[in-house]
Amino acid sequence: MTIALEAIQLVKEYPGVLAVDGVSFEVREGACFGLLGPNGAGKTTTVELIEGVTPATSGEVRYYGEPAGARFRQEAGIQFQNTALQDFLTVRETLEMFQTLYARKANLDDVIEQCSLGELLDRDNRKLSGGQRQRLLLAVALVNQPRLVFLDEPTTGLDPQARRNFWDLVRSIRAGGATVVLTTHYMDEAQVLCDEIAIMDSGRIIAQGAPDDLLRKQYQGLIIELRSEDITGSLEGIKHTVIDIKGVVEVPTADVSGTLNRLSPLVRDLNHIKIRQPNLEDLFLDLTGHSLRA
Amino acid sequence: MIGRIYAIFLGRNREFIRDRSNLAWNLLLPIALIFGLSYAFDGQRDEYTVGVLQESATIDTSLHPFFETRFIRFVPYSDRDAALKKVERHQLDLLVEPGSPLRYWINPEATKGYFLEFALLQSTAPAPTDIVKAQISGDAVGYADWVLPGILGMNMMFSCLFGVGYVVVRYRKNGFLKRLRATPLTALEFITAQVASRMVLIMIITTIVFTGTHLLLDTRMEGSYLTLFAIAAVGAASMVSMGLVVAARVTSEELAGGLLNLINWPMMMLSGVWFSLEGASPGVQKIAQIFPLKHVLDSARAVMLDGAGFMDVAPSLAALTLMSALFLVLGAAIFRWGQY
Repeated sequence: MTIALEAIQLVKEYPGVLAVDGVSFEVREGACFGLLGPNGAGKTTTVELIEGVTPATSGEVRYYGEPAGARFRQEAGIQFQNTALQDFLTVRETLEMFQTLYARKANLDDVIEQCSLGELLDRDNRKLSGGQRQRLLLAVALVNQPRLVFLDEPTTGLDPQARRNFWDLVRSIRAGGATVVLTTHYMDEAQVLCDEIAIMDSGRIIAQGAPDDLLRKQYQGLIIELRSEDITGSLEGIKHTVIDIKGVVEVPTADVSGTLNRLSPLVRDLNHIKIRQPNLEDLFLDLTGHSLRA
Repeated sequence: MIGRIYAIFLGRNREFIRDRSNLAWNLLLPIALIFGLSYAFDGQRDEYTVGVLQESATIDTSLHPFFETRFIRFVPYSDRDAALKKVERHQLDLLVEPGSPLRYWINPEATKGYFLEFALLQSTAPAPTDIVKAQISGDAVGYADWVLPGILGMNMMFSCLFGVGYVVVRYRKNGFLKRLRATPLTALEFITAQVASRMVLIMIITTIVFTGTHLLLDTRMEGSYLTLFAIAAVGAASMVSMGLVVAARVTSEELAGGLLNLINWPMMMLSGVWFSLEGASPGVQKIAQIFPLKHVLDSARAVMLDGAGFMDVAPSLAALTLMSALFLVLGAAIFRWGQY
């Protein structure tokens, strides 16, 4: 197993704020690694420390066993969360300009086809929609045929259809052999795309591993979801979590039948009960005590 | 390295040229200033103006020999009170009412009126015999000749400082610099591309404006066009590099604007854009030497008005080259890609 990327005890301190607090992880070659967490958790800062665009207070980044340097810059492709491109340049000119900056070059026609930019090549950057712009930013990250691709919140602001199209793009990048580091606050996205995740909160990693392993470790069974308004009795003695923002109460259980029997006299209408698999959002809630999108 | 510099150079050029409003402003402002100022000042500077009280709109030169005097502009007035007011305010140098007797009004404080009175009385007297005439040959330097390098230099200064300073700060603010930082591009390569791009664009614009005004206003050009071009090129390089030093770390456009104005205004006032510094104190003249624009204007005027050669302006060119190198190295050393 080859390690493509290592982050070792990364720290970033701003005056009065510890944005990243000793973050360490490894990314296997060819894997998709997800950094998850709510807004402000330190995901973007961590990635920018690794990319070298923000200087770290302390810590080290290694790329294929060596300190990340000139080789890393040539071989990494980066899609930032917020990036302006030059005004008055067309999509084609933007791609050509960025490609000229690298010694490593992808076949530009392949990148254009992969990111479905064929019909937009002569369009001014300023006149792209949100989804088109995200595809261009991804294409910019691919012009050097990267071995390591960073995608920072790539689907924020996209509609559900555009998000799923973007997931297909990420799968095709992986199919080409590239390693992917993805930051997102969408748990479904991480669950679908990532082989391994690290959940961040307040600048620290609070859990790390394969999504299914993390869920199996935390939960032995399913989750029963009840509407708060339907509960008529006390749930004392039954392990549960109240999600005020959704107006629901979640009851994790390994014995669905037994738990339902205990709940039935306490709930006035069983028609609205949901039984589902636990997901990463549940995991985050349990680990941190607050909601992911808070 | 060259490829990366060229890619950024080309991108910036495209951005500038396709921004039509910005391009038009860069071209039209200096042209409008040169024509406006040459019209406002050149037309009146050396002219004597005499008002003639009469009803007719044309001057009948047979009414008096004074009206045949050369280099005097005679303007008919039918409103006596309005004409007298103009004499009072120095807007007319002399007012004459033809007839018998001929009457005239002057303002005793008006220098030109003093001489015009002599001319008027001379035109009526018998020809004098005890006057010795001396002549000094040479063409007068018009205001347009003098102010053309000043306005072109000022336009170059604004374009170099603000054109680069604001652009780099905007790139930093909107994250474009951060995006470039994640590529193999180095700070020196980026800065070199910005300097080259702005230099090429400003030289093209300055050449177009100079050629147009030179041909239309027939301004004086005694020296070599090549030497003048060299002065403009090195001057532009020094001022673009100066703008990059200001923009090297600043993250706010407002702060950048303030800092650039802090440089612009003293440089404009002390470099002789609008008036000569010959009468200024030695201290002020020494301070002015730190500004690239001062060297650009002094050497450009020496070439254009006095026919100075390359070696005559070599000290100024050397000073400008040194400033360019210093600013470029300093700008690259303190350059910051992001807002951190």
